[in-house]
Formats: sequence, C-alpha cells, structure tokens
Amino acid sequence: MNHQFSDQRFSPAALAAQIESVGVDIEGVNLSYGSNHVLKDVNLAIKPGEFFAFLGPSGCGKTTLLRLIAGFNTAQRGEVRIGGRDISGLPPHRRDVGMVFQSYALWPHMTVRRNVAFGLEERRVPRAEIERRVDAALELVGLKHLADRRPSQLSGGQQQRVALARTVVIEPKILLLDEPLSNLDAKLRVQMRQELLSLQRKLGLTTIFVTHDQEEANTICDRIAVMEDGRVQQVGTPQDLYDHPANLFVAGFLGTANVLDGAVRDDGAGGRAFVGTGFTPVALPAAGVETGAGGKLMFRPQNLAIRADGQPPAPGHARLTGTVRHREFLGASIRYAVDVGGQLVQVDAPHQAGDALLPPDAPIILDLAADKARFLRQ
Amino acid sequence: MTSLALTRDRIARVRPGPALAALLIAAFLLLFLVVPVVQVIFVAFQDKTTGAFTLVNFADFFQNDLFMRSFGNSFYVSAMSVVVASLLALPLAYLTTRFEFRGSVLIQSLGIIPLIMPPFIGAVAMQLLFGRNGSVNLLLRDHFGFSIPFMEGLNGVIFVQSIHYFPFILINLSASLKNIDRAMEESAQNLGCHGFRLFRRIVFPLAMPGYVAGASLVFIKVFDDLGTPLLLNVNDMLAPQAYLRISSIGIADPMGYVISVVLIACSLLALWVSALAMRGKDYATVQRGGGGLAKRRLKPLEMVAAYGIVLLILVLVLAPHVGLGLLSFATIWSFSPLPDAFTLKHYHTVFSESGQYITNTLLYASLAALLDVVIGTAIAYLVLRTKLPGRQWLDYIAMAALAVPGVVLGIGYLRSFYGVPMPFTGQPLSNFWLILVFALAIRRLPYALRACTAALQQVSSSLEEAAENLGATKLRTVGRIVVPLMSGGILAGFVTSFATAAVELSATIMLVHSQSDAPLAYGLYVYMQSAAGRGPGAALGIFAVIIVGLGTYLSHVVIERGRRDRGQDH
Repeated sequence: MNHQFSDQRFSPAALAAQIESVGVDIEGVNLSYGSNHVLKDVNLAIKPGEFFAFLGPSGCGKTTLLRLIAGFNTAQRGEVRIGGRDISGLPPHRRDVGMVFQSYALWPHMTVRRNVAFGLEERRVPRAEIERRVDAALELVGLKHLADRRPSQLSGGQQQRVALARTVVIEPKILLLDEPLSNLDAKLRVQMRQELLSLQRKLGLTTIFVTHDQEEANTICDRIAVMEDGRVQQVGTPQDLYDHPANLFVAGFLGTANVLDGAVRDDGAGGRAFVGTGFTPVALPAAGVETGAGGKLMFRPQNLAIRADGQPPAPGHARLTGTVRHREFLGASIRYAVDVGGQLVQVDAPHQAGDALLPPDAPIILDLAADKARFLRQ
Repeated sequence: MTSLALTRDRIARVRPGPALAALLIAAFLLLFLVVPVVQVIFVAFQDKTTGAFTLVNFADFFQNDLFMRSFGNSFYVSAMSVVVASLLALPLAYLTTRFEFRGSVLIQSLGIIPLIMPPFIGAVAMQLLFGRNGSVNLLLRDHFGFSIPFMEGLNGVIFVQSIHYFPFILINLSASLKNIDRAMEESAQNLGCHGFRLFRRIVFPLAMPGYVAGASLVFIKVFDDLGTPLLLNVNDMLAPQAYLRISSIGIADPMGYVISVVLIACSLLALWVSALAMRGKDYATVQRGGGGLAKRRLKPLEMVAAYGIVLLILVLVLAPHVGLGLLSFATIWSFSPLPDAFTLKHYHTVFSESGQYITNTLLYASLAALLDVVIGTAIAYLVLRTKLPGRQWLDYIAMAALAVPGVVLGIGYLRSFYGVPMPFTGQPLSNFWLILVFALAIRRLPYALRACTAALQQVSSSLEEAAENLGATKLRTVGRIVVPLMSGGILAGFVTSFATAAVELSATIMLVHSQSDAPLAYGLYVYMQSAAGRGPGAALGIFAVIIVGLGTYLSHVVIERGRRDRGQDH
C-alpha cells in the first residue's frame, strides 16, 4: 500500500488553486441541552490556513463545538462566521464545511468511488468533471487502485483516507476533523498525523482538529484551544501552552506538572519570593504578584536537577530537600517521585549504563531553576 | 434573548415535509384503526334502540350461559395452548443452547416450518390424521384397541394452535438463553452455586423475559384466532361467537360488540402482564468477549433421547403439511389411514374455478405490505430522526393494532363504513375491496413497523450527517442513504407483512362481500365447508403454504445477502 500521499504534479495543486483560505470566528457561543450547559461563552478566532486544534478531555464540549460549526447543533446564543459571513442560520448541507467523522461514516452500500463522488453529485457537477475530480482526490490519498472496493473491504487507515478524499473533493471552505486518528493503531496514527499535516499544507485549507490527545495536537497543530467544562481555558501555540500555561488545568493537561503549595513573601531585597515547607524561597518576577497571596508554584520534572555534591545552590536556583518515595525506570531517564515537605514532586534523572539508582526512602537534594517555574494563583 | 433564540430554534425544527407525512399517517391511522375500534367500543355501551349509555349489554353477556361458556373456553384453550407450546419449545430451546448438539439445524427448521402454514389451513388435515377416525386413531384401535382424543372439541383447537404457535416461544426463549453471558453462570459457580439451584437462581430468571414475551404472544394469538375454531367446528369460543352474531343476526346486534370489547380487554391484559414481567428486565447481559452459556457434549444415551424428542416434535410439526399434501392429491380419504387413490384433479379445479382467489390474495397482500413498509419507514424516521412534537404517538397508535383482534377490526369496519356510500356506484364503502387491503395493512403494520424501526436504528446517524455535510438536503439524504441502508429491514418487513396478510382470515371473513373479491383464505374456508370441497380446499391450502414459504425463504436470502454485502460478518 502506498503510505504517502502521492505528490502528483496536477492533483493537489489543482485542488489547492481553487481553495481560498478563510478564517473562522466564533463569538459568544453558548449552548445548552436542557439544564446541561455544554458550551459557555466560547470566543475563538481561527486564522485562514491555520491547522487548529480543540483539545480537551472527553465531555469538555470540543466535539459539540465542532458539530456546531458543521451545523448539527444550534447555539442558543452567539454566532459562527466563516470568512466573515454568519452561517448560524444555514442548514448543514449549505455550509460548505467539510467534516471527517470519527467513525469515518463511509456509506457501506456504495463503492469508494461512489462515496467520494457523492458530494459532487449533490452539487450537480457535470459527470465528466465528477470523474476527473474523484480521480484526483483518490490519487491525492493514494487509493485510486481501490476505487471499486466497498468500504468494508478496506483497512482502517484506508477508510480514513477515503473519508478524507470524500471531504476534500468538494473543496470545502474549511476542514473539520473529529478525532480522525482515534480508530487507528498506534503506529499508523503517528504516520497519519504527518500525512494529515502535509495534506493540509498542500491544500492550504483552514483545518480544525478535535482531539483528546495532547501529543497529537502538539505535533501537528499551529495553535491549540484547550477546553475544559465547556470553556476555552487557553489558546496558543503548543510551546506557549506548555511553557506558559494559564492555569493548573492547562499545565496538567499538556504534560507532567509539579505543583507546590505556598505563599508569596517579600524577599527583603525588593523582590518577591515563593515560600513553603521543604524548599528554600523561590524568586518570582515582581510583575503581577502581590505579597501575601497564596498560590501554587508549577514547574516541569526536567526543571529540577539532582545534586549529590552538597554544594550550595547556584544563583537563581532554589533548593528542595526530600526523600525518594518510588521510582519508574523509563530507559533514557529515571523518574523519581520525591516527597518534599509532604508534597510529591517528580524529577527526571538522565540514565547511563552502570548508573546506580536511588532506593526508596533515600534522602535527595534537588535544585530548581527559578526562572523556569511559574506562579499560578489557582 | 435566550427565549427568542429558542423560539427560532423550535420553528426551524418543525420542517413542513415531515409534518405533512406525519399528518397523512395520522389521518390514515385515525380513519382505519382508531375510528372503527372506538365505534365498536361505543356501540357496546349503547342501548340498542335509544342509543343512550348503558351497561345492559354487558349484563346480558355475563348472564348468558353460552357466552360465559365461550369466555371460559377461550381462556382455557389459550392457557392450555401456552402450556402445550411451552412443553414443545422448552426441550428444544434447552438442547440448542446448553449442549453441543448436531441437530441444531433441525431445531432451527422446527422453528420455521409451522409458521409457514396458518393454523386454520392445517386444521382440516389434522382432523384427518389425528381425529376420532383419523389415521393415527384407526391404527391405534386396530392394533391396540384404544384411541386418543387429540381432536375432540377444545382439544383439537389446543393441539392445532400449540403446534402452530410454539415457535414464538422457542425463538424468544432461545434468544434470551443465548444472550446470557457465560460469566453470569461462571461467577455463580465461583460463588458456590451449581446444578438445579444454578438453573433456578441464575439461568431461569435471566431467560424469563424472553419466555414471557413468547408466551403472552401465543396467548393473544390463540385467544383472538377465529379461523381454527371455525374450521374445526368449535363455535363456543369468543371469536367465533362474535363472528356468528354479526354474520347471522346482523351489524345492529350489540352482543357482537360486547364480545369484541371483551376480546380487546383480554388482549390488553395479556400485553400488560407481559410488559409487567419485562419491566426493568432488559437484560443485555452479553459483555465483551462473552457469548452464551457454556455448552457441553451429550452422553450417548442423552444423545438418543435428544434425537428422539426432536424427531417426535418434527413429526408433529410436519403432520399438517403432510396431511394437507395428501388431502390435496386424494380422491377419497375417509375412515382409512391413507387416501384410497391419488389424483391431480383438485389442482385443476382450483385453477379453473378459483384462480381469482390466488390473484386477489397476491394483489391484496402486496398492496397491504407495500402500505405497511411505507408507513413503517416513515414512522420510524419521524420517531428516531425528527423532533416533531407528538411523533411518539404515531408509533403507539400503530402498535396498538396488536391488541385489536381481526374479528373486532372487521366488525368495526362494517359498522363504520357500511353506511358510507361509494361515489358513482352507491355501494356501501365496506364492500369495496380496497377496504380489505386497508384492514390487512392495519393488522400487519406493527410487524412492519418494528422491522423498519430496527433497520433504522442500525443506521448510524453519522452516515446521514456525512451526507448533509457534503451538500445533500434532508430529503436527498433519506433517498440516497437512509432508505438504501434500511432496504434489508424494509424488505423483511414487506415479506413478513405479505406472507401473513396472504393467509389472514379473521378480518377478511367479515369484510368479503362477493366471491369475485375474495382472497385465498376466504376461498379455503368456503371449500372446507363441504366434504366435496376438501380436496380443492387442500390444493388451495398448498398454494397458501407455497406463497408464505417462498416469501419467508426470499426474505431470509435477502437479509443474508445484505449482511454479506455490508461485510457485517467478518
């Protein structure tokens, strides 16, 4: 099977030439099912040509929001604009919004070719042109040789490609992907996400991708909206969200987050410091932090370094003392869970052959680079 | 703001197309189901002369010995039929689900063969085989000096009905036994339960809903059946009494209506009991990787016993078919184990003088079945895919036809449409043959509706959303995606409706106005009235069996092919 979207001279270019990238604006959207408030004041601006993700745990409202854009839900308040035009009143079949369903939703009673031709037939495109465009779309996903099969005769990955071809062949204004990789096995998933990205770049199609897998979103999306409990928690590039999470939820959802409880104090030299039990004061940037405020200090496992030499901490570092609770051997590194003043902190120690591992209950000293830590009010 | 948006939302939801379809269906159900039945109930509570409300008719009913005896007989026959049918079905269901039994194919056929012959057709043949002077008793008397009253009076009705209807129990019971997860049984064993206790505490309660569903269906069917008692000349049962009152005394006589109300009440009661037994017991117990109870091999002796039981039941089940076949080729068959000689003249008679029965049947049954699947598909779609207010009621009303015996519907049609003259001819509307088609359609609608609903439930709504997403309107989506994907279920519904409508007698016998408009079932009844007509009657019965059997086979083939095409059986 051809695993790469074929780079034919005419097909992607021919499609891309006709697709003009448009942006999507979501403004003040609220949606409830009865007393269940599913979307709460959602505001988003998705730029033309962007690969954008709605990321969040199940039940956060991300799929509801996607279906709202496709027209399968109606918001009680707010509007959705595509290319500046309000589409809230349009029925699904007049929106020109291509959606790839999580289950692919390929029609079992039609061949691959008929599936892909469906949208063009509904648009009353002349027969000859339908054939040409279906061929181009199938070639784009490398499945032209399977055009006369039925969906049930294809593998999961092939079905996925047919669903993509069926959607892009109508040259939609935007492309919606509802957890498109969730039904594939792990290896194929990694491969498909690169193919999705290269297809999206070739077509220049504004794409919204719904997923609960932060790794998926991080690897292929330009920007991510992290959602939880019907609200957008934060919007930004993957790096932004990982390095500067706006709250504990975002911090925890995009990777392992260490969190220490404590309070903000004056450090006696005009600056602010975060203090608590088990660690020396951590210098904070002065801006926006009030003395006396309670809060949390968030940092990643790789921001900590194990000190075995007993030297005092380097400038700009705070010192944590604790005991090893348990450890996980990960190969390239060892992750220790360390009890620091009654709170658990995770630290990654790089591993080389022959290195001794710290046993449980061993005392351990950790240094934290203060400028990598982040103060969060809640 | 919110309320305004909500209103906009609601207006957007009620689209004109579905609303129009719903109104048309509602009108049809109202005119041909609700009005006739309400009419019947109304008349039962009306004074014959003044038209005022009264309970006198019911008092008359309960003080009349004949009616009370009929009531008792109907109840006794129905209950005994359930018992006998259970005795036939239980060992078969147990064999297929608990043991590695090679004869499973035989048992599956046992579940279908009786259903392709309506009981009243087999009744006459059964009389010849098992009656006082039938083959079996003649042989018994000659060789052993005693006879068994299989067919004496009510026994005959019970015998014929239970052989015909036991598959309902077999199918339902096997299905629920099959659906019991092995882990249910194993965890009970793990906790120390075994043997009969295990059966009584775990297996039996889990299989109960299926058994009750089948048993209540058998009860209702037998209670409502008109054809079998009529053909066996057992008149002191409720359905025959209702028919005889109306056909001999006239449509003004209130007793026929009172009996109808009693019939409806008993049907409702049986349905209610079954609903009560099923409530909160929707045991979907097969979990991931599970599948049926543990099966074990039969020991040699058990194997012999098992085959013995299965073969005995097979002989019983095939008896009406064999008897009918013999009768249709027999010159004279009386007071002898087998016919004196064989001939083809009965078939010739049927072709030359009764061809209209067969063509009428094909026409009526296919029109009724067509109407059923169109309405069934529409109701299923309205209920499952739209937010139309009151849509659920279409389903309820259509299903309510289950509780209306054919005799009652027939009486209701006579009462409601006799006084309505047809345009141009001035004939009563109730004499018009299309009325017969409507009656058949209403009678079979519940089955078609369930088949269509099940078919639509299996179509994932994302398949429809994908079509809309790619630019298809709702109507185009229905035409290009929904109906093609439902086609297997729709066709199965069509064939079931067709096959059962083709041999329906209870409503038909009330509404047939002239021989030229009569369907097969009616012709058969007429033939069987005289000894000379039994041969041609049997030949006609063979046609009925072929029509129904062929229909059943076709639907099986179509469903299997559909399943293969969609790759559902990897």
